[in-house]
Amino acid sequence: MTTPLQIGFIPLIDAAALIVAVEKGFTQAEGLDVQLVREVSWSNVRDKLNIGLFDAAHILAPVPIASSLGLGHIKVPIVVPLTLNLNGNAITVSPALHAAIMAEIDGDPLDPMATAQALSRVVATRRRNSGEPLTFGMTFPFSTHNYQLRFWMAAGGIDPDEDVRLVVLPPPFMVDSIASGQIDGFCVGAPWNSIAVDRGVGQILHFGSDIMERAAEKVLAIRQPWAEKNPQALAALVRSLVRAAEFAEVPDNRNEVARILARGEYIGVDAGVILRTLEGRLKISVDGTIREGGHYMLLAREDASAPDPLQAAWLYAQMVRWRQTPMSLEALKAAQAVFRPDLYEAALGRDGTHQLAAKAIGAFAGPAFEPANIEAYFAALQAGYGKP
Amino acid sequence: MGAESSPKIAIVDESPIRAAILEEGLREAGFTDVVRIDEMKSLLSRIYALDPDVIVIDLENPSRDILEQMFQVSRAVRRPIAMFVDQSDAASIQASVDAGVSAYIVDGLKKERLKPILDLCISRFNAFAKLQDELDRAKSALEDRKVIERAKGILMKLKGLNEDEAYVLLRSTAMREKKKIGEIAQSILTASELLK
Repeated sequence: MTTPLQIGFIPLIDAAALIVAVEKGFTQAEGLDVQLVREVSWSNVRDKLNIGLFDAAHILAPVPIASSLGLGHIKVPIVVPLTLNLNGNAITVSPALHAAIMAEIDGDPLDPMATAQALSRVVATRRRNSGEPLTFGMTFPFSTHNYQLRFWMAAGGIDPDEDVRLVVLPPPFMVDSIASGQIDGFCVGAPWNSIAVDRGVGQILHFGSDIMERAAEKVLAIRQPWAEKNPQALAALVRSLVRAAEFAEVPDNRNEVARILARGEYIGVDAGVILRTLEGRLKISVDGTIREGGHYMLLAREDASAPDPLQAAWLYAQMVRWRQTPMSLEALKAAQAVFRPDLYEAALGRDGTHQLAAKAIGAFAGPAFEPANIEAYFAALQAGYGKP
Repeated sequence: MGAESSPKIAIVDESPIRAAILEEGLREAGFTDVVRIDEMKSLLSRIYALDPDVIVIDLENPSRDILEQMFQVSRAVRRPIAMFVDQSDAASIQASVDAGVSAYIVDGLKKERLKPILDLCISRFNAFAKLQDELDRAKSALEDRKVIERAKGILMKLKGLNEDEAYVLLRSTAMREKKKIGEIAQSILTASELLK
């Protein structure tokens, strides 16, 4: 007997494991009849998961934490038994802003501290000349894009709430918005940065992995009561997705994966752009410069698929830092408990003795992050730079 | 907003017909302060300028995520803002997701005052979906009729039948093959194209 599952996703390259699992028959081999439902907004994915129209969802890593804590919306306990990818974002700016930053830069353009400080000088000059503040697009209030932009800017001494404007834009709107001058830059996932470069309206300034070496990006989200009631279906789903993520990481399979993802019912963009993303070889400049990033996006490598409570704690800390919620040790614990390595290990038939090596976030600046010492972390941030 | 006055309702919808249907329904129900927004480019600034009490948005609109920003503490909006649903309202959000409508309340409007607005929007939204469905069906029926007329013409010419006989032949073939008359007629058209 097969188990029918409805799974919501947003057309992005990091939905690769879900799409490949279905298209290569990995879900079917596990006795699952998965129907993928393409959605137009993260709010829809969240709501349809929360109220049970979806059994599982491809979603921004901070959203299940926000739902479990009841932030910004109804409180629904969600569990994350699998990380769909680490990293995969980039910060893209308009050619004009890129030139302004390069005119001010003192140091390596690949060093986010150097670009953040240069941006800070650009912002100060604009303010002196009574110019409109720079506007940056990101995808959702509870998103890594929002947090990565803010982290980067704050490191350079910019207050992201006072000195610039951050606006939410649906990912497919980013490229048109930068082309029309409505925004000066954005942080978004693949393929939209590459598409902006291809259209000559954007330059990729940083890969997300420049800001943080290891950041949970999209996760598989499931309602907790459903997870408890359906442990076998959950384990089967996790296994099929791990298999698909590993398949997509094999260099010889990338062409096939790119062709599948490119189809109209999935992402509907050129397969060549998708292939570049999977290879971590991105055209970053309108002049054709290619940059390779071994950590641009991790689907399965380096234990990427294992949900890590450290990542959940980090995301909670960003919510606190940017005043989306007050600091509470109880909420921190609840946030960490959303990411469930135990479910992941059980699905893969490990008995829990397999200890995943703790891997740091690897942020380019700021104090070391220790969930056990989160208050010291905030104190050090406040003393170090920016307004916490 | 006074306790007795009509709340200001903004309808965010790129479909002008559907927005008009929603607006009409709300006005008939006594909600007189209704504004339609069909331009998504400056959505947030339009909403800040309008300062509505309730926003109704279609779930197929990607700009829904833009509205999520209003539920954040930000300097652009200085008053507290919350989405109308809370845990006790799982049924109404379920109904609104089913109907493709989502409602946000941007100020302290009482839930019991919002319920009739949402219920009305849901019923109007469903009525629009039904209308659309009927329209699609009427269109395809019209298409079928045209195809059948042409197929009859071909049969009359090739087999020397009169119009009634041609129709009977189409219908009996459709019944025998358990297909629609329109499908049989279409195959005749395709075949005659091939044999030209």
